[in-house]
Amino acid sequence: MRRYDLPDERGHFGPYGGRFVAETLVQALDDLRKQYERYAQDREFQAELAHELKHYVGRPSPIYHAKRWSQHLGGAQIYLKREDLNHTGAHKINNTVGQALLARRMGKRRVIAETGAGQHGVASATVAARYGLECVVYMGAEDIKRQAPNVYRMKLLGASVVPVDSGSKTLKDAMNEAMRDWVTHVETTFYIIGTAAGPHPYPMMVRDFQAVIGQEARTQMLELAGRQPDVLIACVGGGSNAIGLFSPYLEDEAVRLIGVEAGGLGLDSGKHAAPLSAGVPGVLHGNRTYLMQDDNGQIQETHSISAGLDYPGVGPEHSWLKDNGRAAYVAVTDAEALQAFHDLCRLEGIIPALESSHALAYAGKLAPTLDKEQLLLVNLSGRGDKDIPTVAGLSGLAL
Amino acid sequence: MSRIQRVFEQLRHHGRRALIPFVTSGDPDLSTTLDLMHAMAHAGADLIELGVPFSDPMADGPTIQRSSERALAQGVGLRDVLAVVAEFRRKDDQTPVVLMGYLNPVERMGYEAFARAASQAGVDGVLTVDCPPEEAGALTEALYAQAIDPIFLLSPTTPESRFPEVARLARGFIYYVSLKGVTGAATLDVADARDRIHAMRGRVGLPIGVGFGIRDAQSAQAVARFADAVVVGSRIVQAIEEAPAGEAVDRVAALIREIRAAIDSCVGPLA
Repeated sequence: MRRYDLPDERGHFGPYGGRFVAETLVQALDDLRKQYERYAQDREFQAELAHELKHYVGRPSPIYHAKRWSQHLGGAQIYLKREDLNHTGAHKINNTVGQALLARRMGKRRVIAETGAGQHGVASATVAARYGLECVVYMGAEDIKRQAPNVYRMKLLGASVVPVDSGSKTLKDAMNEAMRDWVTHVETTFYIIGTAAGPHPYPMMVRDFQAVIGQEARTQMLELAGRQPDVLIACVGGGSNAIGLFSPYLEDEAVRLIGVEAGGLGLDSGKHAAPLSAGVPGVLHGNRTYLMQDDNGQIQETHSISAGLDYPGVGPEHSWLKDNGRAAYVAVTDAEALQAFHDLCRLEGIIPALESSHALAYAGKLAPTLDKEQLLLVNLSGRGDKDIPTVAGLSGLAL
Repeated sequence: MSRIQRVFEQLRHHGRRALIPFVTSGDPDLSTTLDLMHAMAHAGADLIELGVPFSDPMADGPTIQRSSERALAQGVGLRDVLAVVAEFRRKDDQTPVVLMGYLNPVERMGYEAFARAASQAGVDGVLTVDCPPEEAGALTEALYAQAIDPIFLLSPTTPESRFPEVARLARGFIYYVSLKGVTGAATLDVADARDRIHAMRGRVGLPIGVGFGIRDAQSAQAVARFADAVVVGSRIVQAIEEAPAGEAVDRVAALIREIRAAIDSCVGPLA
């Protein structure tokens, strides 16, 4: 059996990852790495984290056998890991609780975050309120328009939301602006990155905080189905929910891992957010990874129906898992994701996030090709309440 | 001896400091960039820092971000920047040119192909802001092979224990980022920068330039008392942005002359 013990000391997953930042941040990242490694082994920290995940987040999240949908598809049995049932409605809070506890241990009273759809912003604002930290969230001006309810949610929770007007005015620009804030206030501020990307140690740390998803799944699948699933499926934007599910299964090579990217209007259209399917490696936001970029190395604007997947890069560990073949990455279109969104609403009474609907859409394609004994576990990474205005708009309804 | 070394040798011989202005290539357009380079050299710039526009300039403040966006709106890329340098070299084979930008455009071209093309164009130094020494091994090898100096940053947060690692790879000069923050953010703390540079002297074995936060002749003069070079970026880019059409070159030349005069009042050994 192959062992997966990456990243190396400098944060590399093969050629990917690393720490590509301006000199001013190098020391801060070193400190963060040392502190994280210390608390990862600290019994008291881990006990507090487990307590918070149980009593504040509501973990473990259940696994649910979607029998009607499976029957409708007429093939493999589909199970859903219900991260949508967490406090704040998505997997994002697993990571923000972890990072906020670390920020407190490190004596940082101010946290900053970037957000696209607003889920990570809400999860950051939530834990900042819970632990009494000042919170500033950077959000692209375009996304602020698209995600008004989440902007208000963050404000209710006491966070300041700063609109970002540079570049494409979306998630990548929000991340640039958060980096600029951090470089300016590096001694007092903790940057809570929302996905398993960015400079080392973030991809490792976020993966570890999200690995609770896969750890629980290993126990729950045994209880529920008597064995581990044949295939795991998760959507991939930055890829934190996917790596959280995959990570505890990496050495279990009988389990197939499939990451589903945002195919937008189709890979041929160029209007998508699928760097693993159609990009090339490069360096952005502190790490080397697959990127959507042009021949001059400029980062391209992306398109997805789901704001949370609308990002031109991806976590470096996914780039590594793609190259070594341990995981496969596919893309589904906006239209396919939307169809899966409606199917789950009507057949299972669950309104999924548009991000998670990408994973569901691929499961819906794969299941009929497999026999009824096969088990698929899909990470239902978030609930779709936030997407209702978008979906209504696509049906020509204004709410 | 590289052009950059030669310039610092000559300046030291005369007890003078280097003035290093920064402009973004292609802001407002490539032909103005070429005119600006000649005009700045003529007005007293010792070395020119040429920004390579990038879609995600994380280390830059709003002024340089906007200049990058103006250049990108015209489709200016790394190859165009190298073409401008080659054109500049037809009339000026003395003034060193340092490219300053982010790693991805260089990564996309390929380190070796980039180093060869840059050398052919007449580039003397390369500073990739988001590539610290730990990640820079392959790039510096490619640059050394073409006799191009890799320039590295030191910052107020750099611990002294990192000086040797930076000094081992760096050539030409060291660029000291004088404040925590992005380009053009605030005025610098002169006393703090002086103390830090005193701590670096003798540990890095290269001339030290100071940049970020130098807004005018007065701050340039203050820095020139203790630094080998003064880098002025956002202030120049701002002058280009604010100039009426056709006047950018004259305004920048006037600004360079003013700053040149100020730093030339500090002649003699470094404080």
